Amino acid sequence: MAKLTDLTIAEAGVGLAAGDFTARELTDAYLLEMEASRGLNAYFEETPERAREMAEASDARRGRGEASGPLDGIPLAIKDLFCTEGVLSTSSSRILEGFRPTYESTVTQQLWDAGAVLLGKTSMDEFAMGSANITSCYGPVINPWKASGGDAAGKDMVPGGSSGGSAAAVAARIAAGATGTDTGGSIRQPGAFCGVVGLKPTYGRCSRWGIIAFASSLDQAGPITRTVRDAAIMLGGMAGYDPKDSTSVDLPVPDFTTALTGDIRGLRVGVPAEYRMDGTPAEIEALWQQGVDWLCEAGAEIVNISLPHTKYALPAYYIVAPAEASSNLARYDGMRYGLRVEGEDLTDTYERTREAGFGAEVKRRIMIGTYVLSAGYYDAYYLKAQRVRTRISEDFKSAFENCDVILTPTTPSTAFALGEKQDDPIAMYLNDIFTVPASMAGLPAISVPAGLSADGLPLGLHLIGPAFGEEAVLRAADMIERAAGFDARP
Amino acid sequence: MALDTDTVKRIARLARIHVDEADLAPLADELNNILGWVEQLEEVDTDGVEPMTSVVEMVQRLRADEVTDGGVRDKVLANAPESDDGFFVVPKVIE
Repeated sequence: MAKLTDLTIAEAGVGLAAGDFTARELTDAYLLEMEASRGLNAYFEETPERAREMAEASDARRGRGEASGPLDGIPLAIKDLFCTEGVLSTSSSRILEGFRPTYESTVTQQLWDAGAVLLGKTSMDEFAMGSANITSCYGPVINPWKASGGDAAGKDMVPGGSSGGSAAAVAARIAAGATGTDTGGSIRQPGAFCGVVGLKPTYGRCSRWGIIAFASSLDQAGPITRTVRDAAIMLGGMAGYDPKDSTSVDLPVPDFTTALTGDIRGLRVGVPAEYRMDGTPAEIEALWQQGVDWLCEAGAEIVNISLPHTKYALPAYYIVAPAEASSNLARYDGMRYGLRVEGEDLTDTYERTREAGFGAEVKRRIMIGTYVLSAGYYDAYYLKAQRVRTRISEDFKSAFENCDVILTPTTPSTAFALGEKQDDPIAMYLNDIFTVPASMAGLPAISVPAGLSADGLPLGLHLIGPAFGEEAVLRAADMIERAAGFDARP
Repeated sequence: MALDTDTVKRIARLARIHVDEADLAPLADELNNILGWVEQLEEVDTDGVEPMTSVVEMVQRLRADEVTDGGVRDKVLANAPESDDGFFVVPKVIE
């Protein structure tokens, strides 16, 4: 039999139901692998005792014939951004050092109610600001993949970010699945870099309650898994209306796995001209074309579309997201929770606390956000960016009159070596050039591993759907997964 | 609209982040670099375009004005850097 940790969530669910193994055995197998893979630094906090308790409770439920569904007994990693009661929840920031929430986020509570098991908390870019998982206060996370050739051969590679710990954990088989959050690409880009599936749902699909806020109009939780089917299963557990989040949407949560019909005949797939950008490596262009061919061979209709404001999404994002971050992060004042550094007076205490508690990138974004919201600049920067955002959203609306999903590459490069791009903020921001537009428009999007680069590193394809069009996105992603037959492992 | 060090100092004060004098100039360069890059947004014609307020078309939800939570003083204080007798302890603000 295959190793228990090699099973997908769907396969493990079948094995648990058949009594081939228990949730406790599955959990123990993961805990053992986690210990062996500590060098990746994916988890900063492991919760073995809680995991075993939860697994035993799942086995007891199953024994009584009360197993609650496809997530019962499934061991998961949780991104540090989610508040978990009694378990460190720090946004991977010094300013929240030692913070143990006295409440549980809605999304994680739903997962525990569905019977899932908490293996531990995964490291991330501090406050979800980053694309390489190098700004965590727990140190960088290492991608389990290594380049087989080229300049980076043998070097430690970044896992992407901000959900880098979650993506690395799923790729390294030290979690069956993981939660992530995506503000501008933080689920999809690390998914692509680590060769796993990353799904960002429509804004409003999952409750944001209990998720440490970065940019509230963009933040959205979603699953990181090894297969599209697993993403569909996990999203079913995470999604749903929550009275505690006024932006969560009161729509029924379908069984997303029923979308995976393997039949995309007649599906209209849009290919946007503006995503052909100068400097994109030829192998990424080629993989994109391969994706078009796969969908076409499966009976989809290919439609050339235009999203004219694509290139403005990233600069607009770097006004809107820092502006919201500067407001959200004002709460870290050293008075009610987290770090406090005593100063000469109250203001000095605030300033010393925030100087010591926030890392360089977080401070940079708070400063940018403060500036663009300050008197005299609000119209020129913030309102302008929100107007451009309307334009971006309109682009997608008119494109979706002629197509059902949009296919693009996920990232403009593979994972890069640790230490690269870290001195130039804009070079780092450009990682998200293909993922940010969908974020700005609040649309569902997924990254599916679709091939390897010449250097043996994973590459992802990216599908974007209309608002609440997760099912079409999953159906097309499932077809890419079948056609690509991606079975490479780190 | 390049930021000078005085402006950076003012922004840092507004953001309540201490910045050492020596770090103001390099920080100004970093911020100017980013602000220079976002200035390309001026190319976009946004005349008559409404600023985005919500990405999802939805009506603001209202709930009944009822108490649904509370009575959790110890939970609220559980992570305080300093607390005493059911209160947060903060630096002295009145002379």
